[in-house]
Amino acid sequence: MTRSSARATWIFALLCLLTAGVARAQLTIEIVGGGATTIPIAIVPFAGDAYPLSTTAVVSADLARSGLFKVVDAGGVVPRPSRAEDVRYGDWTSRGADAVVVGGMTPQPDGRVEVRFALLDTVKQGQLAAVSYVVAPAQLRATAHRIADVIYEKLTGNAGVFSTRIAYIAKQGPRYELLVAEADGFNPQSIVSSNEPLLSPVWSPDGTRIAYVSLENKKPVVYVQSLSTGGRQVVANFRGSNSAPAWSPDSSRLVVTLTKDGGSQLYLMNADGSGVQRLTSSGGIDTEANFAADGRSILFTSDRGGSPQIYRLTLGSGAIERMTYDGSYNVSPRNLPDGRGFVFVRRDGGRFNIALQDFATRQVQVLTQGSLDESPSVAPNGKLIIYASETGGRGILAAVSSDGRVKQRLTAAASDVREPAWGPLLK
Amino acid sequence: MQQTVHKLLMSALFASLLAACSTTPTPDTGAPVEDRNVGAGTSGAATSGTTTGNVAGTATGSESNRLRDPNSILSKRSVYFEFDSYAVRDDYKPLIDAHARYLQGDKNGRMTIQGNTDERGSREYNIALGQRRADAVKKMMMLLGATDSQIETVSFGKEKPRNPGHDEGSWTENRRDDFVYRGE
Repeated sequence: MTRSSARATWIFALLCLLTAGVARAQLTIEIVGGGATTIPIAIVPFAGDAYPLSTTAVVSADLARSGLFKVVDAGGVVPRPSRAEDVRYGDWTSRGADAVVVGGMTPQPDGRVEVRFALLDTVKQGQLAAVSYVVAPAQLRATAHRIADVIYEKLTGNAGVFSTRIAYIAKQGPRYELLVAEADGFNPQSIVSSNEPLLSPVWSPDGTRIAYVSLENKKPVVYVQSLSTGGRQVVANFRGSNSAPAWSPDSSRLVVTLTKDGGSQLYLMNADGSGVQRLTSSGGIDTEANFAADGRSILFTSDRGGSPQIYRLTLGSGAIERMTYDGSYNVSPRNLPDGRGFVFVRRDGGRFNIALQDFATRQVQVLTQGSLDESPSVAPNGKLIIYASETGGRGILAAVSSDGRVKQRLTAAASDVREPAWGPLLK
Repeated sequence: MQQTVHKLLMSALFASLLAACSTTPTPDTGAPVEDRNVGAGTSGAATSGTTTGNVAGTATGSESNRLRDPNSILSKRSVYFEFDSYAVRDDYKPLIDAHARYLQGDKNGRMTIQGNTDERGSREYNIALGQRRADAVKKMMMLLGATDSQIETVSFGKEKPRNPGHDEGSWTENRRDDFVYRGE
């Protein structure tokens, strides 16, 4: 072996070791339940899609994984269209496709790639969208997610979340890691790792920081960490336990559960931990705050009525209203982004499941069927809820649509995964 | 020269590999003192030896002997709880009384009470429940002679179970306060 190929082998081996730990915690996402109706769509492989990561395949996988599309086989149409004007609608209606996507990728002289696509309605025989991007090759995967977002929005009327990121905790043996991955589970990046438990990650709504709880000081302490610099600061380390951080919609403040005054209570503070102001004064447990999207109220868990239930605090008036009355254990509230209700964890007959309550009707719909479901987090389009579950004693993540029909399972090889947090939509 | 460069390159790559394994320093995780005796604490506190008066700082000499003497009730460090409850059971009162009197006798003695829960339910609600379990025992110790500044209470919620099992026996073992004296 020559010296330079020996060196290359060393470098390759080291890179494998470097990435192996994170790769073990990569999420594999499978659909285990589809939507009530699915839109049949054909996605013709883009002309010139010769790059290592196939852009067309990522678009197809995103749409299929949403549970709202049935991706129809696009093979066998000759010549393969890459432009709207080349599409013969009969080719696609005969395959049962209501929509077809065509496109092409062209390298530019400066090394970037032009990616263009068109989305057509085969039934109405018209173009629904046509977009082109010029991006660096490293951005091709992100561009595929943006294309899937456009297609999803045009055909469902709702914003797509394929370009968002998901944070979660992976535990492997004694090691805990907070990871951030693309919404399809790819490219997990390690944010922080520790030999002590990490929990309760929450994204700032502007997408720049994550707050979390760490037990590295042998007590729960709240940290805020910047995603761009990796730098972090302690925002709450008072006497006793500090936990359950929740961001205000403008990313400037946090509500945190502190026990410094004798008992778990809610406190409001600036995002750097200054300006601490007490919000609740019950003799019991108040915790798990979550802001409404309009910033005017907070849902939280309290046992002030004798059992853990969900309450709403209106910030202006200070009024507190009980929200849940059914059952003896209702916790972990998360507001829906459109303000129409909230998801939460409900215990019934020893099982813990995710449920959704409508503010106006107070009706509750149980969305999941596991036995130890917990930690729900709502996608920023309000259509999917990711949560933690378990199977065979192993921690997995799962997702369910807000109508209960679409079901996904997210697993990591050789790791327990828990505490998911869906990142925001960024412009 | 090329050999040296090669060796420097390999050293640098190994160093960055080690650095990449963790972005935070991982502190030494001294596990809480384990008490395998699940169930009633022994009655009739029997402290062997004589106290030697005030001991500065952490427990030393015969004081630490008392804390670690398996014949002394002070070597027992765990109190167990019923499901969903932070009420202190009567059968643990002698144990709590013994530790409270120990702290009363050693003004420099410091203890942390770590509250724990079983694995069921919300992680954050369990942090709060574990904290209530720790606070319930602290309150009792203060009535029995310990001072507020001598006892810190923290919660691990369901994050650090002693027993990783998923059955009633495991859950019972995990619904627990542990007493850890400073310096242990």
